[in-house]
Amino acid sequence: MQKFITLNGLVAPLDRNNVDTDAIIPKQFLKSIKRSGFGPNAFDEWRYMDRGEPGMDNSQRPLNPNFVLNQPRYQGASVLLTRANFGCGSSREHAPWALLDYGFRAIIAESFADIFFNNCFKNGVVPIVLPKAEVDALFGLVEHSPGYTIEVDLPTQLVKRPDGHAVHFDIDPFRKECLINGWDDIGLTLRHADKIKAFEERRRAEHPYYFA
Amino acid sequence: MEAQTLYEKLWSSHVVHQEADGTALIYIDRHLVHEVTSPQAFEGLKLAGRKPWRVSSIVATADHNTPTDHWEQGIQDPVSRQQVETLDSNIREVGALAYFPFKNERQGIVHVIGPENGATLPGMTVVCGDSHTSTHGAFACLAHGIGTSEVEHVMATQCLIQKRSKTMLVRVDGKLGKGVTAKDVALAIIGRIGTAGGTGYAIEFGGEVMRSLSMEGRMTVCNMAIEAGARMGFVAVDQITIDYLKGRPFSPRGDDWERAVAYWRTLHSDEGARFDQLVVLRGEEIQPQVTWGTSPEMVVPVGATVPDPAKENDPVRREGMERALQYMGLTPNLPVTSIKIDKVFIGSCTNSRIEDLRQAAVIARGRRKADNVRQVLVVPGSGLVKRQAEQEGLDKIFVAAGFEWREPGCSMCLAMNADRLEPGERCASTSNRNFEGRQGAGGRTHLVSPAMAAAAAIAGHFADVRDIL
Ligand code: SF4
Repeated sequence: MQKFITLNGLVAPLDRNNVDTDAIIPKQFLKSIKRSGFGPNAFDEWRYMDRGEPGMDNSQRPLNPNFVLNQPRYQGASVLLTRANFGCGSSREHAPWALLDYGFRAIIAESFADIFFNNCFKNGVVPIVLPKAEVDALFGLVEHSPGYTIEVDLPTQLVKRPDGHAVHFDIDPFRKECLINGWDDIGLTLRHADKIKAFEERRRAEHPYYFA
Repeated sequence: MEAQTLYEKLWSSHVVHQEADGTALIYIDRHLVHEVTSPQAFEGLKLAGRKPWRVSSIVATADHNTPTDHWEQGIQDPVSRQQVETLDSNIREVGALAYFPFKNERQGIVHVIGPENGATLPGMTVVCGDSHTSTHGAFACLAHGIGTSEVEHVMATQCLIQKRSKTMLVRVDGKLGKGVTAKDVALAIIGRIGTAGGTGYAIEFGGEVMRSLSMEGRMTVCNMAIEAGARMGFVAVDQITIDYLKGRPFSPRGDDWERAVAYWRTLHSDEGARFDQLVVLRGEEIQPQVTWGTSPEMVVPVGATVPDPAKENDPVRREGMERALQYMGLTPNLPVTSIKIDKVFIGSCTNSRIEDLRQAAVIARGRRKADNVRQVLVVPGSGLVKRQAEQEGLDKIFVAAGFEWREPGCSMCLAMNADRLEPGERCASTSNRNFEGRQGAGGRTHLVSPAMAAAAAIAGHFADVRDIL
């Protein structure tokens, strides 16, 4: 997993509640057996005028001029700003894969859906929950100042605006440590292999019918 | 000892290790696997040179990409075929307790085959790379969806890294009226608490209505816990649970059965157990439900009208409603029963079990679909459901009504195979998500119960099933 320590990045706004994972990466792209290459199809149905299918040359497809991320001022954004319940719906990890491949390393929202939230951490994408008032303010600032950037400082858990205003965000300490170090969860868990074996033995003795 | 909730019992019986901050390693009993979310996990395992921890925990099937007709022609779409074949070869290499590949007589939707084969048992932790894993909570399991990295994590370690959820009791008291089903209960709950209302919670569904539902009905409600934002929803064990499980292929037998049942009977929240949240609904007040928008919380009773965004005060919500109405091609204040439909889909892990098909068949019997309805798909959840329905003659009722009787799979629930809506088409669907494009780009989905879907097929527009019964 890619480490995440600090990020100073251009912010792109997606002013909607309940952006679901079907919207982030439509199902026809889930047929891939790879982890990468989903970026050009992130938000496919909103982003392009035609219907996307795997294997198309996306650079030749007509873009939807009304989709906010297609505006030239947001090209190269690495921070996505959005509203409540972002990432609801399907558990597809293809959603954070697509956002990461598109270039987003941090997502700021009023709230996230649980599974999506969890999946972000496994891929070095930082989901940040801020109070609604802070999110509202950021939407205003991004809209009125082209090229608006913010800094995400994970060690100090701060989102810093260029005007000096900084907001603290909460993050689970274990997840923070994994992100900062780029640790792989499986390796960490396997340090407890003896405990897992012992637990399994006890469970097998007590409830043999779960081990058919 | 202090009174415990069912969640606390299930959680504490699976903790392998716990850190001071509450992060825990949770042991996983059952791992369900399907073709869409597993290839990258198998690949990751192989690249890291790791072996699966306990292969006998795995039950696998191909369901999302498989066609529902012309099985003799195999899978036409080469990309879908490759994904299904990748699962075949991964399972061949790694092994599993059971694998129900494409065309197998027990193949079906992953959340239908687990319970019907007795592979989902009370007291288990059940995971799958699929958000509707919450379905299995109907058996008093800790069951939830995971991402592909976690699929790999479970394969490699038989554990997940988790933190305890908050607990919510959703109690549905009283009795349901005629024609009101588990699906209406699920939609009414989501209408009440919203699609983010359950975020961070594990929901226990209780009350007289839940106790009176069959296992099929309980699965429908737990299935949609995720649409209320909760990763998991569950129901306590009772005689209905135990009767359902007796004699299933992977259910315990003999002495093991007695021992298991004795344990399972303890799987309920104790008298006086405390929940972080309580939500109470009255069964009598629940009407047949129809969604009008692009989120399951955008739902109203069938007798109502399409809501008016002008009456919404919150600007973001108002815009969301306006966008949804525009996408759905609807105007505010329209009576729901005046909305005409183009297609009907009866199926998905929410509503493709035998009881769902029976409910639809009661309405379809001796009637015919309306002329303006182009297609009515009936897609059983599994090969076993299909066989049972055919033994009961349900297939003949459907075909006589002009419905299409298909092979099992996810089908038009998410339209990864050839079953899909064309842009602008409107569908009465028994599935669980009405998101933009979910059933095909530009398609318009209204979520309803199987009986309501059949009633809409007959009328050509939404209709109150209670007027027909
Ligand atoms: S039926 Fe639909 S919701 Fe259920 S597993 Fe299949 S695609 Fe997912």
